[in-house]
Amino acid sequence: MLSIGLGHYLTLAAIIFTIGVVGIFLNRKNVIVILMSIELILLAVNINLVSFSIFINDISGQVFTLFILTVAAAEAAIGLAIIVVYYRNSGTIRVEEIDKLKG
Amino acid sequence: MIAHAIVFYIFSLIAIVSAIMVTVSRNTVNSVFFLILDFISISCLFIMIGAEFLGMIMLIVYVGAVAVLFLFVVMMLNVAQQKNEWFISKGRSAHIPVGLLVSLIIFFEIIIVIGGWKYKPDLIDSLAIEINTELTNTQTLGTVIYTDYIHLFQLSGMVLLVAMIGAIVLTYRQRSGVKRQSYFRQISRERKDGIEVVEVENNKGVKIDA
Repeated sequence: MLSIGLGHYLTLAAIIFTIGVVGIFLNRKNVIVILMSIELILLAVNINLVSFSIFINDISGQVFTLFILTVAAAEAAIGLAIIVVYYRNSGTIRVEEIDKLKG
Repeated sequence: MIAHAIVFYIFSLIAIVSAIMVTVSRNTVNSVFFLILDFISISCLFIMIGAEFLGMIMLIVYVGAVAVLFLFVVMMLNVAQQKNEWFISKGRSAHIPVGLLVSLIIFFEIIIVIGGWKYKPDLIDSLAIEINTELTNTQTLGTVIYTDYIHLFQLSGMVLLVAMIGAIVLTYRQRSGVKRQSYFRQISRERKDGIEVVEVENNKGVKIDA
C-alpha cells in the first residue's frame, strides 16, 4: 500500500480511462464535453506509457507519449474546428440535435 | 517512501475527482477548468515518477494550448449556459445502463490485463532502449528522438502541419462587403496607371476625365 509500484499507476490510468469512456457514453448534451473525454482517454494512455517506460527502464514509452501528445493536440484542433463550423451552420451543438446523418 | 506514497495518493485523488467533474459538471466552462486541473495533477505525477520533460511538455501543450483552445471555443459558441445533463427524462435513457455496464466491463478488463502483467513480469522483454541514468531525462529523450525516431518525429511535425491547415480551411469564411488588400494589384500597378502629367495653361484649368 505504501510502496508505490507500477500497479498503482496502471490502476490510476485505468480509472481515468474508464471515466473518459463513461463520459462519452453518457453525455447526451454537449459535443465539447465528449472531446474533453477523448482527451482524458489519451491522458490515461499517456500515464500507462510513461509508467511502463520508467519501471521497465526503457525510453521508448516516453517517445511514444510525445507522439501521442502531438496527435492529441492535432485532434483537438481539428475537432474544435469541426464543432465551430457545425455551430455556424446549424446553430446548435447539442448531441441530441445532431442527427442529420440519420436519414 | 511514505511521503512519496502520500504525494502519489493526493495527486491521483485530485486527478480522479477532477476527471469525474469533467464529465458530470453541468457547466461546460467548469468542465474545462477541471480538465486543466486534471492535466496539471497528472503532469505533477509525471515529474514525480522521473519523466520531467514529458511533465513540462504536458503543461505546455495541454494546459497552455489545448485547454485554452477548448476555453476559447466554449466561450465563442456561447454554450456556457447550455446545461450539460447526463440523465434525460424523455424516455430515451435506455443507453445509460448499457453505457455504464460497458464501461465497467472495460475497467475490469484493463484491471485483468494489469494483473496478468504483474504475475508474468517477463512478458514484455524486447527492443529495450535503456535509460541512461547519468543523463537527464530531457537529454535522454533528445538523443533518442533525433536518432532512432527521427522519421516518426518529422512525421508528427507533418501531422501538426496538416492539422493546422485543416483547421484553417475548415473555419475560413469569406465575407462579402469587406475591403481587403490585393497584393497582386498593388504590385502590378505601374506609373501610368496612377499619375498623369498635364500642361496647365493660364486661366483655363484642368479637365479631368473620370
